[in-house]
Amino acid sequence: MARPTTIGDASPVIEPAVAPTTKRNPAAPALKWGDDRVGLGKISRFALRKVFPDHWSFLLGEIALYSFIILLLTGVFLTIWFKPSMAEIEYDGTYQLLKGIPVSEAFASTLHISFDVRGGLLVRQIHHWAALLFVAAAFVHMLRVFFTGAYRKPREVNWLVGIGLMALSTIAGFAGYSLPDDLLSGTGLRFADGLIRSIPIIGTWAEFFVFGGEFPGELIIARLYMVHILLVPGLLLGLVSLHLALVVYHKHTQFPGAGRTENNVVGYPVFPVYAAKAGGFFFVVFGFSVLLGGLVQINPVWLYGPYDPAKVTAGSQPDWYMGWLEGAVRIMPGWETHVLGTTWSWNVFLPGVGLMGLLFTLLGLWPFVERWLTGDTREHHLLQRPRNAPTRTAFGVAGMVCFALFLIAGGNDIVATRFGLSLNAITVALRVLVFLGPVIAFIVTKRICLGLQRKDRERVLHGSETGIIQRSPGGGYSEPHLPIHENEKFLLTQHVQRQPLEVSPDTDENGVRISQEVSSTRARLSRWYLGHDVPKPTAAEIAEADHHGEDGHELEGQAEHQALEDRQPEPAND
Amino acid sequence: MSHDNLPVKDPDLGHSVPNPGLEEHVERYTDANEAAGNRAYAAVVGMLAAVPLLAIAFLVVYFAVPNDLLLDVRFGEVHFLTANAQNFWLGLTSGLAVLLIGLALIQWARVIMGDEESVEMRHSAASSEEDRAVFVEEWEAGAKQSGLGRRKLIGGALAGALGFAVLPAVVLLADMGPWPTRSKRAETIERTIWAEGVKLVNDETWRPIRPEHLEIGQLVNAQPENLKQFHGSAFQVEKAKSSLVIVRMDPESIKIPDSRKDWHVSGILAYSKICTHVGCPISLWERQTHHLLCPCHQSTFDLGNSGVVVFGPAARSLPQLPIKVSSDGYLVAQSDFTVPVGPSYFERDSSEDFKDGDQ
Repeated sequence: MARPTTIGDASPVIEPAVAPTTKRNPAAPALKWGDDRVGLGKISRFALRKVFPDHWSFLLGEIALYSFIILLLTGVFLTIWFKPSMAEIEYDGTYQLLKGIPVSEAFASTLHISFDVRGGLLVRQIHHWAALLFVAAAFVHMLRVFFTGAYRKPREVNWLVGIGLMALSTIAGFAGYSLPDDLLSGTGLRFADGLIRSIPIIGTWAEFFVFGGEFPGELIIARLYMVHILLVPGLLLGLVSLHLALVVYHKHTQFPGAGRTENNVVGYPVFPVYAAKAGGFFFVVFGFSVLLGGLVQINPVWLYGPYDPAKVTAGSQPDWYMGWLEGAVRIMPGWETHVLGTTWSWNVFLPGVGLMGLLFTLLGLWPFVERWLTGDTREHHLLQRPRNAPTRTAFGVAGMVCFALFLIAGGNDIVATRFGLSLNAITVALRVLVFLGPVIAFIVTKRICLGLQRKDRERVLHGSETGIIQRSPGGGYSEPHLPIHENEKFLLTQHVQRQPLEVSPDTDENGVRISQEVSSTRARLSRWYLGHDVPKPTAAEIAEADHHGEDGHELEGQAEHQALEDRQPEPAND
Repeated sequence: MSHDNLPVKDPDLGHSVPNPGLEEHVERYTDANEAAGNRAYAAVVGMLAAVPLLAIAFLVVYFAVPNDLLLDVRFGEVHFLTANAQNFWLGLTSGLAVLLIGLALIQWARVIMGDEESVEMRHSAASSEEDRAVFVEEWEAGAKQSGLGRRKLIGGALAGALGFAVLPAVVLLADMGPWPTRSKRAETIERTIWAEGVKLVNDETWRPIRPEHLEIGQLVNAQPENLKQFHGSAFQVEKAKSSLVIVRMDPESIKIPDSRKDWHVSGILAYSKICTHVGCPISLWERQTHHLLCPCHQSTFDLGNSGVVVFGPAARSLPQLPIKVSSDGYLVAQSDFTVPVGPSYFERDSSEDFKDGDQ
């Protein structure tokens, strides 16, 4: 047997929170029972007082987790009545306007849940709202991790797990809102069918295999049901567990600040503070979802009616997380290649399948690309302030702008009718903007970051502006600065500014060619990625500035006043 | 306890300002002021005490409010809130109950539990040198014990066996759908139920259409009369391909190529309603410009010019159905569509599609 690792040994001594008392603990027999069987004591010794740092942005992932739990709970309730069948029946439920209309079992059972099961509509709406919240929270959580550099070593694996979760959750969402077999979701499936067909070479085969033949066939709802309630949730559960286990193993990252170092974690212990806060937050998210489900209507499928391949509503949009792909498909020019009796449908494949692949590939590769650019191999547990990684921040904002423009394109008809604009003009403009917008966003963001770096430097060296304008005896005006607190000074200067990689020699000391570690291209890219930081103040500069301040020369512009006074004749003395 | 396994060996990362250390703990108002502390305590208990009341209210609503009761709050003519009363009150009572549990727990943690921050040391994700050495040792011992060093073939054979064992699992999926071979395609996605003599019927009333029923500028959604023979999913499959739009335009104001001069009946033209982009049923008709716009992705087709694309992501013209008048005076098809309808697929021979300028 291999020896266990020394993980446990490296953890700190945990001071008992309360002095031992002679009072008998009423839970003791139960604890003893558990300890005798599963070693509760050993587990709890580390788990109970494990420290989690506090920050509002750390709650984003929690929202996603809790929404997932809500989805599991409400989903189980819905399966009690939902019938995943495309068999045709005549609707004979409470909703008068569809009485006697031929509909599928899936659609009829959705109406049954909505109108005939007490609380069914509430749970159905909670489920849909929680699904939107789940993907949204996961998305924003990913942005937080990206912008603060939390994915850096040793957390790259967890970043990849997160990308997998993101992909799976969109699949789960799409499969879920396709189940009621209403006009809107059927239109979405029609789109998915066209998308699958467009895949070069294997498209038709994929379509026939997914739908069990021609669209719509009679199997797709049952298959999506399996994907939605078994396959994807199972994978999600596994990946979510791994995601959390790695968070526990690595311990949570923390924002820099006084007393926070790469080697410690400052916050509140799991028992009782963090457990109460996190547990309470679960109920808050749940309560919020229930209120949404009760008060805000979502996906009223009875208004859309059953699916009919000859009908569609203007303003048909997918759920928000598919909107950007919808937009890309809308603004793509109609490019198709016809060769040797085959059709290559770029107009659907590139924006639909290609773009999704591109996004997930870029996200997955990013930590490794950044590491290649910076040559940074050490562990990171302190988060970065986005301004201190200006190129990354600029990339992130460029990506968000691109995503937003595609999303707008996904509602180009709504934009046209709401703002009285030409649909064609919007479409053409967006074809250009999705390329131009991210470039502008990149440049602007990088400039803002560098400006903030300059401001930080200024603040450390010269202190805080007081807002008081003083007039000197010589007539000059100046604003005195107050020195900032030591904690803030530390926060503004604690980050490590990495220097760009230098070209390494391609021959050894004997002049023999060796494989070059840093090529000139890599060095150039590294310079572009890292080389524009405003140098943070050095200890010497800070000492110099402090000294300067102590001498009473803290008034800005003093030198100019002096120069001015020197040139003027002495004012006459009274 | 040793901390030789710290993530960052050199704790000084070139700081210009030394780390001032943790800030001193500042007492909260609820700790310093007893009255404030008691108020916070009462608030937490109060929130929790409201939960049973809300839960009982939920039960009352569940059993007492009929599920067809409408809640309609309005001021004069303005409907401020219209909702299913049962859903509204069930959601409000249970939502508030759950929310209050959460708020009470968080408030308890925020203002009543001790708020001294704790510090825990991290350890590097990597194992110590010693662990690595032991791992290598154990691995080598295990490898030796397995006998793979001398009898190498077992490893290769195992990998091969596992690899081939995947084959049956993959092949099992081959029956997920029919294989779209050339002949299968010809009888599925490459044909519709339109055929010589099939009547065009209005898709709402199922009445056959006579040319004189249509006036210039009018659009009618139509289906083949024989669609009625199909039911359930077969009906949907056929409808997804055979749906038509029939438009009547002034023959003088539209372009009719020579090859299609017999396909219309005095300016009445029939086109596939299924978009050549991703298959939405195209619906929005601009009668002045003869443009037909798909509401899904805004592909726009010119029905006055053999259905060519004038805007949007679609790449191919809308297929036109050749029609004529039957001996009893109804619009009927001359044949099936001459090209497959609907979105593109890889094996589709798109050279037969109408391109702008074709004759």
